[in-house]
Amino acid sequence: MTGTTIYTARKIITMNPNQPEVSHVAVREGRVLGAGSLAELEPWGDYELDTRFADKVLMPGMIEGHAHTMEGTLWRNVYVGWFDRMDPEGQVWDGVKSIEGVLDRLSEAERAMEDPDTPLSGWSLDPIYMNNQRVNRQDLDKVSGTRPIGVLHASGHILNVNSKALEMAGLLKPGVNHPGIPLGDDGLPTGELYGPDAMTPVAGFVGYDRAMTDCDERGLVDYAKLCVRAGVTTSTDLASRLTDESVAMLLDVTGRDRFPLRVVPLRIFLGMTPEECVDYVVGLKEQSTDLLRLGRIKAVADGSIQGFSARMRWPGYHNGAPNGLWYTAPDQMSELYHRALAAGVQVHTHTNGDQATQMVLDMFEPALRANPSPDHRFTIQHCQLADAAQFAKMGKLGMCVNLFANHHFYWGDEHYRLTVGPERAQRMNATRTALASNVPLAIHSDAPVTPLGPLFTAWAAVNRITASGRTQGEGEKISVADALYAITMGAAYTLHLDGELGSIEVGKRADFAVLEDDPTMVDAAALKDIAVWGTVQGGRIFPAADL
Amino acid sequence: MTHEEATKAALPVTVIGGYLGAGKTTLVNHLLRNAQGRRLAILVNEFGNIAIDEDLIEAEEDGLISISGGCICCSFGNDLIGAIDDLRSIQPVPDHIVVETSGVALPGAVVASIGLIDGVQPDGIVVLVDAETVLKQASDDYIGDTITRQLSDAEIVVINKRDLISDSAAQRLTDRLAALAPRAAQIETDFGKVPLDAVLGAVASPSAGTIEGGHADALFDSIALNPGTPQNVAELAERLATGPHGVVRAKGYLAGDDGAIWLLQTVGKRWQAEPLEHAPEPQLVCIGPKRDFDAVGIRALLNGA
Repeated sequence: MTGTTIYTARKIITMNPNQPEVSHVAVREGRVLGAGSLAELEPWGDYELDTRFADKVLMPGMIEGHAHTMEGTLWRNVYVGWFDRMDPEGQVWDGVKSIEGVLDRLSEAERAMEDPDTPLSGWSLDPIYMNNQRVNRQDLDKVSGTRPIGVLHASGHILNVNSKALEMAGLLKPGVNHPGIPLGDDGLPTGELYGPDAMTPVAGFVGYDRAMTDCDERGLVDYAKLCVRAGVTTSTDLASRLTDESVAMLLDVTGRDRFPLRVVPLRIFLGMTPEECVDYVVGLKEQSTDLLRLGRIKAVADGSIQGFSARMRWPGYHNGAPNGLWYTAPDQMSELYHRALAAGVQVHTHTNGDQATQMVLDMFEPALRANPSPDHRFTIQHCQLADAAQFAKMGKLGMCVNLFANHHFYWGDEHYRLTVGPERAQRMNATRTALASNVPLAIHSDAPVTPLGPLFTAWAAVNRITASGRTQGEGEKISVADALYAITMGAAYTLHLDGELGSIEVGKRADFAVLEDDPTMVDAAALKDIAVWGTVQGGRIFPAADL
Repeated sequence: MTHEEATKAALPVTVIGGYLGAGKTTLVNHLLRNAQGRRLAILVNEFGNIAIDEDLIEAEEDGLISISGGCICCSFGNDLIGAIDDLRSIQPVPDHIVVETSGVALPGAVVASIGLIDGVQPDGIVVLVDAETVLKQASDDYIGDTITRQLSDAEIVVINKRDLISDSAAQRLTDRLAALAPRAAQIETDFGKVPLDAVLGAVASPSAGTIEGGHADALFDSIALNPGTPQNVAELAERLATGPHGVVRAKGYLAGDDGAIWLLQTVGKRWQAEPLEHAPEPQLVCIGPKRDFDAVGIRALLNGA
């Protein structure tokens, strides 16, 4: 691609404050040669004028700063979520509104399966929206008594299985004694498995094997299709083990001519010492290409709020549940930060509870003093319950935050009612406080936990509406402009990619989201409904309709 | 039926927990160096600083270290269940699996998960503490409740680095740990030097009598008994576990007063007694810290109880 193409569009939103909106963008060698009026761009020399976007709105390719490419693999299973959701091929699956509906959809899929032993796997069940009605093995036995069946909940923390699956795992017996495995009146497990410890022994028999967090080749290709449909041109994968095999697969797939996504996978800090982990990603970094950016670490401080495994400060959970769990010891986190700062390796740290956030701040500050790093951009991911003082500290320490704005919509009511109570529920994912504290901000979907779609995520941060329709945390709403910045430049900044990505201006990658409508002009309540035509990635055009 | 046949059905798994710096890795190394012919399979969260003497290592491949004497060591990352599953297909099958948990794991939850795997039998929760720092850690804002939850799960508390504190401090520590770990027997040691039998349970040996302790075991005593008279085995097990005789672990096969041969096991204050259809010759081994060990009392229990 040595020639110059100048695209004209109804509007081009640049994220460049010197010229926020332009009419034309010139692309050469996969990069933005210039943005402006046609007259401003013509002096660059010969060009081809491309008018295919004349009635579209272009904005910088959106950047998903916290998702998991495994969403691509999950779509091979049966979607049984409450909300309508689009699959990689563009088909929208209706949300299922009753347990009977869930069983019907599973039965339909079961009838279409030829091999009688292949497990039937469902995903994204969320009984929170169905009065917390439970699904037991007898329910799933109605779908099949001979084929193992497993249905994963939207949270990822609960798995419902049928009798056959329990039998294969050797658990269809009396005397099972585990806090995550309730027993029925008959003394046998009900088929509900709570938490990874209880899920793991059965998961492999129902299509959710050990390595399910590691995306495979087909899954990555499918994930990239979802990204095109959402206007995303760069996505993190937070996190993966990045074994030699998976890095080879990533290099292969992202190196293909028509692969439409830049992937930024983070190596999880697990099963390695801090020293080993830092050395490992330093080695990985050298293998980076334009579309595969390696060399970052993801650490996990605590669990989840709705799973009651997040670490909370006083007064703890609203329903009196005991405090959650540390996934990484404070001393280990401290060592990781010291070593990573010394090596110039960036760490993104998952926290949910406010005590976990405080722990990260307390471990990070001394590490930073010992290893002065003026541009570290260490990022706290989720950080859902942080208060104003914690954001102030993050700002002073030069940390970034990536808040889980979607969570507010999907589980905000649950947090209000049950987990943290009304007052703290209002400050969850405090985007406005983050910006006011000079903390560089991104917002995310955590797909597959919630659907990939930065415009939806922006809508969630702007409107703060919960699934029941309540506005929760009026004071933490941000403007549409701030939200659009967060899903482009904001996310790029948290990855040290703001010099290459996130805006449409000279020198940057020609990564655009192609929209049917103008997000800066529509009603803020309609932000999530803007249709995505497709993307331009590195100057290559990807219409969603042609995937 | 031999002892091996009696036990091969269920592979015992001992879980070793405790916060960072308590000495878990040192203890694991001590066990590897003093395995006494037992084929141990050690599962660690990460290899990291595990300092296995190089002359002990026979091979290292695919994350699995083979150690002379038939022991192996591997890391499990986030998939303990899978790693244990894998171990069961290794030939020869290990005699005993030892899981070294991460510093923030709750060992009771780990044991509950292990209990879901067919063919393995949870066999003891050992929690190590650093004598010098554990009480400070137990009141730490961040990890205090983790430490106390670990201790409340414990069946054996190993008070490591005992040489770093005074006798009066040790007494205060012991009292406090008795409250925090009410189900546990306590063992004091330095450098993780605890005899294999105390941590992993005794293998009833053919020769009855006091077992010779090695250099590291000088702080421990054990006896092997072969009582002639039938016992109420359940009652005996409870007394050994909860009585004042300083027994950390007991294991054996005893003739019950119902005529059956019973399996008796105690770990800390937990005890188990069940009649077996087939069993080896009666034999009981008890082990405990020399300071507290009451061999005379134990003999009296068996003869007179």
